[in-house]
Amino acid sequence: MHEAVAQPAWVLLAYLVAGVCFILALRGLSSPISSRRGNYTGMVGMAIAIVTTLAIHEIASLWEIGVAIAVGGTIGLVTARKIQMTAMPQLVAAFHSLVGMAAVLVGAAAFLNPEAFGIVDAAGAILPVSRVEMGLGVAIGAITFSGSVIAFLKLNGNMSGAPILLPGRHVLNLAMLAAILGLIAYFTQDQSPWVFFTAAGLAFAIGFLLIIPIGGADMPVVISMLNSYSGWAAAAMGFTLHNSAMIITGALVGSSGAILSYIMCRAMNRSFISVIAGGFGAVASTGDAAAIDRPYKRGSAEDAAFLLKQAEQVIIVPGYGMAVAQAQHALREMADLLKKEGVRIKYAIHPVAGRMPGHMNVLLAEANVPYDEVFELEDINSEFAQTDVAFVIGANDVTNPAAKTDKSSPIYGMPVLDVEKARTVLFVKRSMGGVGYAGVDNELFYRDNTMMLLADAKKMVEEIVKQLG
Amino acid sequence: MDFISILSIFVLACFVGYFVVWSVTPALHTPLMSVTNAISSVIIVGALIAAAAGGSPISKWLGLVAVGLASVNIFGGFAVTARMLAMYKKKERRDA
Repeated sequence: MHEAVAQPAWVLLAYLVAGVCFILALRGLSSPISSRRGNYTGMVGMAIAIVTTLAIHEIASLWEIGVAIAVGGTIGLVTARKIQMTAMPQLVAAFHSLVGMAAVLVGAAAFLNPEAFGIVDAAGAILPVSRVEMGLGVAIGAITFSGSVIAFLKLNGNMSGAPILLPGRHVLNLAMLAAILGLIAYFTQDQSPWVFFTAAGLAFAIGFLLIIPIGGADMPVVISMLNSYSGWAAAAMGFTLHNSAMIITGALVGSSGAILSYIMCRAMNRSFISVIAGGFGAVASTGDAAAIDRPYKRGSAEDAAFLLKQAEQVIIVPGYGMAVAQAQHALREMADLLKKEGVRIKYAIHPVAGRMPGHMNVLLAEANVPYDEVFELEDINSEFAQTDVAFVIGANDVTNPAAKTDKSSPIYGMPVLDVEKARTVLFVKRSMGGVGYAGVDNELFYRDNTMMLLADAKKMVEEIVKQLG
Repeated sequence: MDFISILSIFVLACFVGYFVVWSVTPALHTPLMSVTNAISSVIIVGALIAAAAGGSPISKWLGLVAVGLASVNIFGGFAVTARMLAMYKKKERRDA
């Protein structure tokens, strides 16, 4: 009955080739030029894995499987075609939840019909090692699912982005985690359904509890972390099925998400634990009421257009606010007009600008901004000193000089863009009232070389475009 | 395959993942997430096994649902990645 062990060599090779294709798919992303070929290689890998699986199993229900693939595939393709680029974080969260749910369903199916998966011993009981792998796969899958659903609801605005803090949540979460691990250990001794399904149920609950205390702007970390979990879930299922394609993929995706989480945490100068513990942004909003009365300079679109036109070099600093206002197309139009005036335009992207890693880059790419005008923080930060105008649009905390000077600030130590070193800072913001996500006032607003452009980001940019044209 | 061979593949793949992902340019981190999403749906292999097998009707239906969910992800994930990467492509032509 050990089907997995009895797989012919060509099958093992085919899965290995699929795994290698997936490695190449990620490898391609080292540059935009090779990335598209990489993506096709990934598709080939997936096709190999699916065809191989179908070829070696006696299929009692081919048309039903065909229908399932057709329905799912159509939903996927239509969504992929229609989705707005600004909604990419939600889409990725939704896709993560599907991987998580699929892992849970596969785990449950393997539990109910272990013979089909070749994971039973002579007596018909599930092999102990398979029980652990299955239990872990289902638990991680369930956490991925419920966590991603919450992340989706927060990103999509169906649920407030504000952290929801339950009393005693750390104790509760740790207790539940211990219970899940305990149940999986006990599962090796007793394969009754209640053990399996209780562990799965607890995992669903903990995924939910883990994400609700995490605030909106920590979402880049959360979404990367869930990405990582979806990989570990696939890897655990790969162990159960003795399938190298799944294991390689799981390990790749797991590492990828973990590295992205690390990059995001580093860009916020926060430890992974403190992000996961949650509640950031709920505690720091003291004392800004007094700050709001401080004097600042307010400018009009006309002033901004004049300053921009006179500049030799302009660095544009986009943030989440640009995505919310859908201002990227107007922004590119403004940049094009300025380029015609002989102004050099560059874009500076902070790693945590937006709601997911690389969010701003995709939006700018969508608006046809050439990617060689777009720079990462460490590559452009030294240039602000030689820049005439820094144009901050929808970013806030990532430009706050307090992160460099004020030890009492909650964002102290976070790497920030040195926009204040530019001769003039044009800061597009809806109103003076709101503070950034971290709940801290931004020193930048009150500096002599800052001009506040208070309006909706898109409207302001369109106004400037009118003035330039 | 015995457990140790599987574990070896896993550990080595983690290292490969580590080095490959660090070489991904930050500008492509969003496509990285969507393509990892698509490839992690290789879990469809398990779903197909469950859906194909006779014996347990519940298991078969669970498998079929999982095949559907994973298909959303595979087609959607690769398609949306291709769509994003195509946007980066336009610039090359213009720059060239």
